[in-house]
Amino acid sequence: MISLGIQSLWNRRFVVLLTVFSIALSVALILGVERLRSQARLAFANSASGIDLIVAPRGNDVQILMATVFGVGSTGSGLNWDTFEYVSDLPQTAWAVPIMMGDNHRGYPVIGTSTAYFEHFRHSNGQELRFASGHAFENAHDAVIGAEIAAEFGYALGTEIINAHGSGSVAFHQHDEAPFSISGVLAPTGTAVDRMVLISLDGFDALHQDEAPVQSDPFEALGSEAARSAPTSDHDHAEHDEHAQDTHEGHAEADHDEHEHDAREDHDEADHDAHAHDTHEEHSDADHSKHEHDAHKDHTKADHDDHADHAHEEHEPEPEQINAIYVGLKSASGILGVQRALNETAPEPLSAVMPNVALLQLWSITGTAEGALRIMAAAVAVAGMVGMVVMLSAALESRRREFAILRSVGATPGTIFGLIVLEAVLVTLGGLALGLALLTIGALVADPVLSANFGFRMGAALSLPREGLLILAVFCFGFLASLLPALRVYRMTLADGLTMRL
Amino acid sequence: MNALTIDSLQFRWPNNTKPVLDLASFALAPGESVLLKGPSGIGKSTLLSAIAGVINIPANAVSVAGTDVGTLSGSARDRFRVDHLGLVFQVFNLLPWLNTLDNVLLPCRFSKRRRDRAGHDPQETARALLTDLGLGDPALMSAPASTLSVGQQQRVAAARALIGAPELILADEPTSALDEATKHQFVELLMRECAQAKAALLFVSHDTGLEQHFDRVVDFRDLNRGASA
Ligand SMILES: Nc1ncnc2c1ncn2[C@@H]1O[C@H](COP(=O)(O)OP(=O)(O)OP(=O)(O)O)[C@@H](O)[C@H]1O
Ligand SMILES: [Mg+2]
Repeated sequence: MISLGIQSLWNRRFVVLLTVFSIALSVALILGVERLRSQARLAFANSASGIDLIVAPRGNDVQILMATVFGVGSTGSGLNWDTFEYVSDLPQTAWAVPIMMGDNHRGYPVIGTSTAYFEHFRHSNGQELRFASGHAFENAHDAVIGAEIAAEFGYALGTEIINAHGSGSVAFHQHDEAPFSISGVLAPTGTAVDRMVLISLDGFDALHQDEAPVQSDPFEALGSEAARSAPTSDHDHAEHDEHAQDTHEGHAEADHDEHEHDAREDHDEADHDAHAHDTHEEHSDADHSKHEHDAHKDHTKADHDDHADHAHEEHEPEPEQINAIYVGLKSASGILGVQRALNETAPEPLSAVMPNVALLQLWSITGTAEGALRIMAAAVAVAGMVGMVVMLSAALESRRREFAILRSVGATPGTIFGLIVLEAVLVTLGGLALGLALLTIGALVADPVLSANFGFRMGAALSLPREGLLILAVFCFGFLASLLPALRVYRMTLADGLTMRL
Repeated sequence: MNALTIDSLQFRWPNNTKPVLDLASFALAPGESVLLKGPSGIGKSTLLSAIAGVINIPANAVSVAGTDVGTLSGSARDRFRVDHLGLVFQVFNLLPWLNTLDNVLLPCRFSKRRRDRAGHDPQETARALLTDLGLGDPALMSAPASTLSVGQQQRVAAARALIGAPELILADEPTSALDEATKHQFVELLMRECAQAKAALLFVSHDTGLEQHFDRVVDFRDLNRGASA
């Protein structure tokens, strides 16, 4: 019976293959959307577990989360060390870990932090970070790398690595003069940490000396709240200034004085650093962020290279700035108190982000797109199934003779009904198998990209039970759809008997 | 026990006013071969349908190998048909997407009785039958049925009807698409194989030239009162 079905399908292989392919596409799409969604959520939730709050310069919660935990984009401006001390000293705080960002190693984010990071960071339902080999960094030249980096580049303990400026994989400026030696390799966590290079605050600072880490990020437009209001993505200097001018005229802020404006408009690259520097020193803490904000609008890639090239040694290192603080609380109920304190008495405007809440926000943003994708995937699936019903139904008329022959050798109308259902089931199974194959290939192709940019992968493995349910649903749908032509053929064979209408 | 016994069979198509079949009595002894002739539209094919259990007929009218076809339910008739009957039609007897050998073996797929009676290796039996019918070439046996000539197809259909030695072979004008020489050759082969399988043969044909091959020739007009009325 099964071989009859297969041979009958083989006879019509062209149409059958097209149908199988259309079902396969829909299966791949449905499962792909689902897997992307669930893997993204899982990876993100795992990466953020164990951190109660993330304190960063005031900004968008989702952006802060993405930047500080996943190394995607960046937080706006930096935080002063005062702020770190302030946050660590809050009565509700159990622990606080400083985070510096903005450099990369061959495209992987470099994070400056303290050894407390290894002590307090938790992932995947509260697991601690483990060292596959080595230990935490002990001095400014040590670096700890995630499992994926170690595997990708074949790094081992003692390997010297050089970090580069900026967060993208395109290196603008190699910190050739400051190599790091790998002191530890972390065990795989399946989270963003696998793709990070962790170095000490001193080590990070040494790289930059007088550059604030944030300002060193030419891609800050991607992530920074402050940068949102300014067209920093323009790397062309002349154009940039024009833009900035426009934007500023639109600004209604009280402390926006003409002087600053002029200074910036006619500043040339040589005096740029002096200017930025002055700005920082002149202003009190209260309007600090405002000015810094203005100042770093001027920083473009062009500025930087210049800056790094001739202006470096002339300046004293600025007060150390960090980008964010991971905070663990003594009790979960402390969150409200901390948030109030940060809003009311903090030395600079801050956001305290609860990772889980920010994730929910993120999912609600992506939810609409997910919904649309799912509807599309479902529509493609329906189209695939309709295609199958059309294929089976269209063949019925021309196969009447076949059915009569089968009946003459003892096939009951039920047998022929079964044959049609079997054919549909085979086509659906073929579609499912091919769809899974397509999905696996797709995952293999997409994973490096996903992993490099977003820190998670789709994975080639089938993740039950959700995907299993979807597969089952497609299968049942295919089975049910086949009943339509099968019932028709049943009635037809009953009426036809053995007579052969030609 | 006769291969076929018909006793006062009446049958009317639902949309017709008078019965197309009205037979008093007719019988086929085991292994007997009969040529049934008669003009077009008289009800010959309808009679074969009645015997094969394709149309609904009253009880106690038709019995094949001792089984009253009229009392069988729908699916029992389908099983009965393959167990005890071999059928050959005018044209297009074969599933085009199966090869020759698999077409011959079709009844064995659906009937345990036919499988059991086809010897310990039905494949071997099928090959032997095909060879007897002049289709011994292995390339022909594994070729899809759609690539065979019409004459070859009819012989394959005969082999299929004969495999597993059913009691009765029903053939509805199997030679009408064949030329004169092939026609006689086909009938001779069919007769020989029927004799070997001890199967009775009811052969419908307009072709009076074939009469010489058969044990008995019956004119349907003499048999069927419905047609003459
Ligand atoms: N499925 C059917 N439904 C209704 N009437 C039918 C059906 N099949 C045959 N008939 C009618 O029954 C009558 C006998 O037809 P049948 O096919 O048995 O003739 P026949 O003797 O086999 O003719 P031929 O020699 O041309 O094949 C015809 O009048 C035909 O119209
Ligand atoms: Mg006829």
